[in-house]
Amino acid sequence: MSVAQPIPAPAKVDNYLTHDRGFMSWAFTLDHKRIGLLYMGGVLTAFLLGGTFAVLIRTFLLTPHAWMFKDKVQAHLFYNNMFSLHGAVMVFMFIIPAVPAVLGNFVLPLMLGAKDVAFPRLNLLSLYCWFGGAIFFSYVLLGGVFHAAFGVQWPGGWGLDTGWTFYTPYSTNYASGTVPATLGAFILGFSSILTGVNFVATIHTLRARGMAWFRMPLFVWALYATSLIQILATPVLAITLLLITAERTLNVGIFDPHIGGDPVLFQHFFWFYSHPAVYIMILPAMGVISELISVHSRKHIFGYNFIALSSVALALLGFIVWGHHMFVSGQSNLANTIFSILTFSVAIPSAVKVFNWLGTLYKGSIRFTTPMLYAMGFILLFTIGGLTGLFLGALMVDIPLHDTYFVIAHFHYVAMGSMLFAFLGGMYHWFPKMFGKMYHERTGQIAAIIIFIGFNITFLPQFVAGTKGAPRRWAEYPEQYQKYHVMSTCGAYMMTTGLLIVAFNWLHGLMRGRPAPDNPWGGNSLEWHCPSPPPHDNFAVPPVADDPYNMGGWEYDKTIGGWVPRSHEISPSETAAAGRTRPVSH
Amino acid sequence: MSSASQTDLPLAAPHGDHAHGDHAHGDHDPHLAHHFDTPEQQMTSAKLGMWVFLGTEVLMFGGLFCAYSINRHNHPEVFAFAAESYLNVFWGTLNTLILISSSLTMAWGVRAAQLNQKRLLVVCLILTLLGAAGFMVIKSIEYTAKWDEHVWVGKWNQYNADYKGSEPEAPGPALNAPPTPVMTPAASPATPSDANAGQDVSMIKPRYGGPSGLAAPTAHPNESIRESSLNERVRVERYRSLSDSEQWHVSAFFSCYFLMTGLHGLHVLIGMGVITWLLIRAIKGEFSAEYFTPVDLVGLYWHLVDIIWIFLYPLLYLIH
Amino acid sequence: MMVIMAGLLNILADSSGFWMPPRASTVAADVDWLFYFILWISVFFFVLIFVLLVYFAWKYRYREGQPVGDAPSHNTALELTWTFIPTLLVVIIFYYGFKGFMGLAVPPPDPYEIVVMAHMWSFNFGYPNGHIDDQLHIPANTPIQFTLNSADVIHGFYVPAFRVKKDIVPDRYNKIWVQALPVKAGDPQTYDIYCTQYCGQNHSTMRSSVIVHDPDEFRSWLEKADLVNMSPAEHGHKIWETRGCNGCHSLDGTIIRAPSWKDVFGLEQHFQDGTSQIADEDYLHLVITNPNIKPIVGFQPVMPPTAGLLKPRDVDDVIMYIKTLSSKYHPTLPKPTTAAAAAATTKPAK
Repeated sequence: MSVAQPIPAPAKVDNYLTHDRGFMSWAFTLDHKRIGLLYMGGVLTAFLLGGTFAVLIRTFLLTPHAWMFKDKVQAHLFYNNMFSLHGAVMVFMFIIPAVPAVLGNFVLPLMLGAKDVAFPRLNLLSLYCWFGGAIFFSYVLLGGVFHAAFGVQWPGGWGLDTGWTFYTPYSTNYASGTVPATLGAFILGFSSILTGVNFVATIHTLRARGMAWFRMPLFVWALYATSLIQILATPVLAITLLLITAERTLNVGIFDPHIGGDPVLFQHFFWFYSHPAVYIMILPAMGVISELISVHSRKHIFGYNFIALSSVALALLGFIVWGHHMFVSGQSNLANTIFSILTFSVAIPSAVKVFNWLGTLYKGSIRFTTPMLYAMGFILLFTIGGLTGLFLGALMVDIPLHDTYFVIAHFHYVAMGSMLFAFLGGMYHWFPKMFGKMYHERTGQIAAIIIFIGFNITFLPQFVAGTKGAPRRWAEYPEQYQKYHVMSTCGAYMMTTGLLIVAFNWLHGLMRGRPAPDNPWGGNSLEWHCPSPPPHDNFAVPPVADDPYNMGGWEYDKTIGGWVPRSHEISPSETAAAGRTRPVSH
Repeated sequence: MSSASQTDLPLAAPHGDHAHGDHAHGDHDPHLAHHFDTPEQQMTSAKLGMWVFLGTEVLMFGGLFCAYSINRHNHPEVFAFAAESYLNVFWGTLNTLILISSSLTMAWGVRAAQLNQKRLLVVCLILTLLGAAGFMVIKSIEYTAKWDEHVWVGKWNQYNADYKGSEPEAPGPALNAPPTPVMTPAASPATPSDANAGQDVSMIKPRYGGPSGLAAPTAHPNESIRESSLNERVRVERYRSLSDSEQWHVSAFFSCYFLMTGLHGLHVLIGMGVITWLLIRAIKGEFSAEYFTPVDLVGLYWHLVDIIWIFLYPLLYLIH
Repeated sequence: MMVIMAGLLNILADSSGFWMPPRASTVAADVDWLFYFILWISVFFFVLIFVLLVYFAWKYRYREGQPVGDAPSHNTALELTWTFIPTLLVVIIFYYGFKGFMGLAVPPPDPYEIVVMAHMWSFNFGYPNGHIDDQLHIPANTPIQFTLNSADVIHGFYVPAFRVKKDIVPDRYNKIWVQALPVKAGDPQTYDIYCTQYCGQNHSTMRSSVIVHDPDEFRSWLEKADLVNMSPAEHGHKIWETRGCNGCHSLDGTIIRAPSWKDVFGLEQHFQDGTSQIADEDYLHLVITNPNIKPIVGFQPVMPPTAGLLKPRDVDDVIMYIKTLSSKYHPTLPKPTTAAAAAATTKPAK
């Protein structure tokens, strides 16, 4: 726990932030840490945008009959654009890149003891691709705004009202802004692919001496599994989006039934990527949680091998279950059966991880720091999200629940309750390392609790609305669902308040936080062996890797409010007393 | 190659624990990036990255191959009809031979670079480029022939229910249509005045009859059409022999054909650009036995482009 | 927790409980049973994890000066246990889900057939006797098979009370069957029908109702349903309201997406191929039954097909209605011969 102590002023040390100055040194940087920060700026802006749409959606849904607009046509246009853009911006611009491109880019080379990722210029290109895709989405969004306000016909298409799923034939024959939106997603996909390529090469070739595969931190395992998915699945999305564009501009007729195509084929192509995509979203988050739980309870992770292998298992199994999004599409009963049973198989590795994290807490020394609060929130919310997935995997029960608010609640529990919590926890955990400043702990803890409570108030009622039949993507809804919507909106406002406090917490920490020690939490993975913030080249001397979860070699130093290497050798008896855990044996 | 990726243990820096700011050693390769310990480690990493990237390309084309398979499985006679009537096996085979030869010259070029044979490397790269250019020339011959026979992609294909007529119109009439009158709020539920509104969805429209069908384009006094007019009769007969519902799907073959060869052609063009860049660097003498990584990586890319064509060729040209 | 207990008790009392809508079909009870089965398993595991988390957080919280306890960092037996037990549970859940689904997927022999026609943004239901209605009436206690087709984009057909749902895909016939639970004579039950696949602007108002009749009452409803007790023009107006014409054609001159019906009869129509024609009955008949055959200048050819949606008599009534909206239509009645008859004559209602 951080303690307010008089801290001696730090010596002026050159770090990656001060190494080079000026706009050009950031715009053309090859430093993975700076690229991570640039991604952070972009991704958090996307979150702000997507979140604004969400707040607008929830406000809109306070009454069953679109109270925000007099004209129903305008109301429906607005709502349909809001939910589509909320989904597209959040999925493509925030959730998929957030943990790998922000936290992964910053932390991965440090954790491996390397100076940078394998291909720094490719990393920069990935970043540019992210911004390129963002420009396309901005184009579509601005087009919608201008069209709504002034009736201007935006060239190429305006607004997005197909949902983030772009189902044909609506998206190819009717909707307006399909082409720029799909091209934007296409470019964002390349950002994801190139990051995956980079991480695979980095993990294979740039590990420090002594870091065997089963000695890597679990965050690295998670990023590796994620990269496998990014490499194998995203290209299929790329070709699918190109096919929609071709369908729309050239009328090729692959998805359009009246020229011989099959709209359900689109769904197969789309979900073949988009289901593994949700594992791109959750696997790095789970990797973060492994780090947080272990470090903030000062205890070796429980079941390292099982957690590592379950990440890879999830990545692979995630490729064969896409059909569970299409149980009611009219695909054959055989396909439905096969996809249902395979879907249940992906539940198991996730369950294994949750139990292992609980096992880590057992007999630990738990500090209720902000990262730990997010990690604990993750465990509860991911449990709910995962268990509600069981309902959707069971054929007979999925039939009434598909395309209702039950599904919306389910995926928000896993995408937001789990992934966002892990992202926030990771941001707090590595905040001192990134910026060399400490955030104000109490504010962080309060914000975490507010977000947790607000989140549950927002989405628990949606489960009930869904089982009672409330369909999703409805601007107007039958009266009987209003109470659930009102509860949900109140929760959303509470959550927004918590998130604003987080933003304030970070900004305040950046500007006024006390200087951070090199190792505020006492973790043993290699990123804590370098200064906070790290120098340009990360490590003056290439480090030698040890068991990353063996934290017995650190002791707390009150004068700096952080952990330092233990100054004396410990005898075996002291080891037992100090609770140094036995390292994992292979 | 270095065994870094094969074993569990990572490469140890051969200098032990020296600080890497120490450039007193004269043997530091100017091409060695600061975050790699040895050139071998860098080369291994680069090759791994390239292979992974090629994997992504395979997956991307895989989607198209999947669409092809599904379409062909559902409509085998249609595919046979379209391939036999419109695809010229001669050009396809010639293209295959040219591309395979260019792969050979590319591989030879990599070998030359490894052996410090600068002149041979330059010659090989030029030959590869020529092969690629030849491939594109033949492709454009084929594409022009298709254009003249009105079997271009999508709405310029006479078998497509959205075929607009004999003259190709500007792309995307729907997108550039004059704006429909701005919608005023009406008492009745209204639809948006959407300039990008959908295409014709009528199912009552007369079935398109193909080359001699109801709304057939007027024959153009065009060389390639006259040339194939002998086959025209056979073509029409075979088309008529397809069942009514199957006739709807002829344009699907052409969609597959153009999308697959088009995306492949785009990759050939990109390859040509990259090989030209290599050529310039090779002429400047930048490659040697110590440093030939870019040549190696571009070689891998080129082989992938070749392999994709080797799959495309029989699936498109040789089916019956 | 109380809510869950109440739900369980409700199940035992044979009602649908807190979570689910009323049960109106023969499969609803099975669906609900599996739902609650999974719910109980989920509640058990959630409570277990919650309790462990809170207990560990309290028991093993950091207290200054206390050493960390010694604990192993792996335990293969434990790992296998908590892999095996969830696997077993999910296989059981899959089995029941699959079994029940096959019951949902395969209709009993000789079901009563109704066609569901979906288009942006309403449903129409076609009965075996040719009647088309915008509301779904079905006989209780009879297996009914719905053939779903769409005129434009993918829609969804969902009746929460029946627990059935299927996407309606254009150019394809999806089928779904249901058997409603018996109702008391004279007490038909009404339930909601929702479109659940996003289909554009008015997706959220694309709804209908299903009315479950006692079978005899259903038969008499069906016999009377096709009797049209209104004038052809009134019937034409009703078709405009319920078969989707109002989505694009206005009655007051406003341009929505297609020519307004006001004053179109007798007006010269200019076509995109340069020709033109006065809109008379033959013209109207042609363009209603063959949409888009003669696209008009200034409009996209996007009218959905009407085959199956409009019977020949419907087309005639629509034409009649369109005529009454035009100032060029002057139906003349014979002049009244007596003053009394003149007073009794009224203009036909619009």
